Amino acid sequence: MTKREIDSISGQETTGHEWDGIKELNHPLPSWWLYTFYASILVAVIYWVLMPAIPWFNGHSNGILGYSQRASLDHVMEAATAAQAQYIARIDQAPSLAAIRADADLFNFAQAGGRAVFNENCAACHGLGGSGRPGGFPTLADDDWIWGGTLDDIAQTVRHGIRNADPDSRQSVMPNFGTDSILTAPQIADVAEFVLSLSNRSTDTAAAGRGKTVFADNCAACHGDNGQGKPELGAPNLADAIWLYGDGSKLAIMAQVTKPKMGVMPAWGGRLSEAQQRMVTVYVHSLSGGQ
Amino acid sequence: MTETALQDSGTQEKVASRREQRAEPLYVGRIRVYPRKVRGTLRRFKSAMLVLLLAIYYAAPWLRWDRGPGAPDQALLIDLPGRRAYFFWVEIWPQEVYYLTGILVLAALGLFLATSLFGRVWCGFTCPQTVWTDLFMWVERTIEGDRNARMRLDKSPLSLGKVAKKIAKHGAWLVIALLTGGAWAMYFTDAPTLVRQFFTGGATVTVYFFVGLFTFTTYLLAGWAREQVCTYMCPWPRIQGAMLDEDSLNVTYRAWRGEPRGKHKAGTSWEGHGDCVDCFSCVAVCPTGIDIRDGAQLECIGCGLCIDACNEVMEKVGRPRGLIDFDSARNIALQSAGKPPVAWRPFRLRTIVYVTLLFLVAAGVFAALGTRSTLDINVLPERTPLFVLLKDGSIQNAYTIKILNKQRQAREFTLAVKEHPGARIEIVGADPAGVLAAKPDHVATYRVLVSLPRAEVGEDSEAMTFVLTDKSSSDTARHQTVFRGPDR
Repeated sequence: MTKREIDSISGQETTGHEWDGIKELNHPLPSWWLYTFYASILVAVIYWVLMPAIPWFNGHSNGILGYSQRASLDHVMEAATAAQAQYIARIDQAPSLAAIRADADLFNFAQAGGRAVFNENCAACHGLGGSGRPGGFPTLADDDWIWGGTLDDIAQTVRHGIRNADPDSRQSVMPNFGTDSILTAPQIADVAEFVLSLSNRSTDTAAAGRGKTVFADNCAACHGDNGQGKPELGAPNLADAIWLYGDGSKLAIMAQVTKPKMGVMPAWGGRLSEAQQRMVTVYVHSLSGGQ
Repeated sequence: MTETALQDSGTQEKVASRREQRAEPLYVGRIRVYPRKVRGTLRRFKSAMLVLLLAIYYAAPWLRWDRGPGAPDQALLIDLPGRRAYFFWVEIWPQEVYYLTGILVLAALGLFLATSLFGRVWCGFTCPQTVWTDLFMWVERTIEGDRNARMRLDKSPLSLGKVAKKIAKHGAWLVIALLTGGAWAMYFTDAPTLVRQFFTGGATVTVYFFVGLFTFTTYLLAGWAREQVCTYMCPWPRIQGAMLDEDSLNVTYRAWRGEPRGKHKAGTSWEGHGDCVDCFSCVAVCPTGIDIRDGAQLECIGCGLCIDACNEVMEKVGRPRGLIDFDSARNIALQSAGKPPVAWRPFRLRTIVYVTLLFLVAAGVFAALGTRSTLDINVLPERTPLFVLLKDGSIQNAYTIKILNKQRQAREFTLAVKEHPGARIEIVGADPAGVLAAKPDHVATYRVLVSLPRAEVGEDSEAMTFVLTDKSSSDTARHQTVFRGPDR
């Protein structure tokens, strides 16, 4: 500054800047404020030295502390895994699935862990929360179980899957009654009418009566005399409101009798750890309240 | 030039030199304030407030309150790890933090009301910054002497006596600061345990850190920063103007009576001479170092110590007291114009509005506290899937239910749906079936499945109210949610 100019009215020093005759007064900052500001600058410089901060063409400065968010995340994950280890061990060593479910602590852990396993591995077909998917992916949150809904039934299904190459896989085949000419078209129409009558939806009593005989001869062995299903054979209940293939209309039933669709599920025994299988079983079981 | 004009120019020179002093390049050097000791009504009141407020602050964490086994017995405790706040008979959960909002609103309204009535009395008498600064100043005065002695001491060259005094002062300040920081930590953890752990080295790093932090800030703010906090850091002086009007009582210099000011020789006539004898007593005692005769200003904290100082002088020179006093802008204007003053009007639109709001909010907070339930229920409807069809054609929805048991005893509940007494309710993992148990002072979480016959599910979704009933006391909690059905 060349010359200190004092404003005659306020007695304040001006900054020496002038616009259209208007001069700006110099209102200096208090010293503590300035020192705080300088200290902040200093802290910033120290930070650059200590922490990763300055970007460069092929990366960034690493900082002498060698801090990395990725490493710190790994650290956190390791700690979390370690914290879970005792629960995982307890789930592994539990004498039975029922014992896990009876222990409130383990049950909570298994539900949370099971949900994670389910969302990662099962939700693609069965939907989040076991909501199922049209076209043959059963809803797991309802009270209908094709292969049984006890803890042990579910564990077996999870471990070995359905209709796959696993020797212990659940197997069952419904014949192609139509395309293999086991039944004639009228017979198929009659049996479909009978199936409708199982849930009181038949509109043609005569056809249903004829279909009853066809059903007894061809279907009852697996689906039961009254179509109530046999979980040990994976034969679905035909007398309830839930339909796996189609909407339960006569046409959908006839299509299924003519050339049945049958679902396939991989065996998870080799893909999930024992504890993961147990947790996902407990979770799936709890979705519907369990059987 | 007349004598008065000469005196005026003399004052102006003083003011100008102050401004010169300020007009340093880049930043302002602090003009150190050496407040002089003062006697009087307001000083006594300020000291009484200081003793009272500090007593409350230091003693409060030691009050005990029996809450039964398993619960802390400290009357005032904010238990952060345990997620609970205890205020005597009130126990607040994190979900009820709105009580705190209510108290903060009350505090703000109280501040507005006090300001519109009496100016910055909060700043002058009760603000923690004022209270601790006043205490630190008392320590300083006790060790280093009054204003003149302190100024001499600071100007004197380094000597053994000076160093001893400075060490004694800063030592005493640090002890007070440590007590302050320590007491603060006691509000967040059990006080006797904390004291024992603190001195045996058993307290957590967090405790040492925060005690250290509050010790340091107390020492810095009350010992060094002082009026700079009020002038530069505190936002309150910048907004308080909005609460003041011309009937608010402010610390005011009655210029109409005091001017023209000037030295007065005892026994001479007061003709042509204001009551202000320009003794600078008001400036010497001011804790923020301002001259109240310059009019209302941001730095004034409204403590009125200048009133005490001026009254003392007025008595000595035989003039009426109250040259500086709490007065309204309206009266100052009236009396400057030679008209008689009017009575102070405490009831104005703004004060009535503040009092009404204060009353309403207080009533709301106390009503909420009085009817506080020890049982609450939160319901989260499951969204994947929104609903499922069951074998018998009925519709099932799943809910996650959280039971907030705020009692210090285990409780058991039953659950019902208000709109559908026939609804099937299944509680996953409940043992025995149908009973929801909750541990004392805990949140219990249950997955609940509710199913309704298809015919009872009307539109796309319908209201559903869960009613949770205590099995032994029939205490109930309700929560309204929705039951979703197929959209057809």
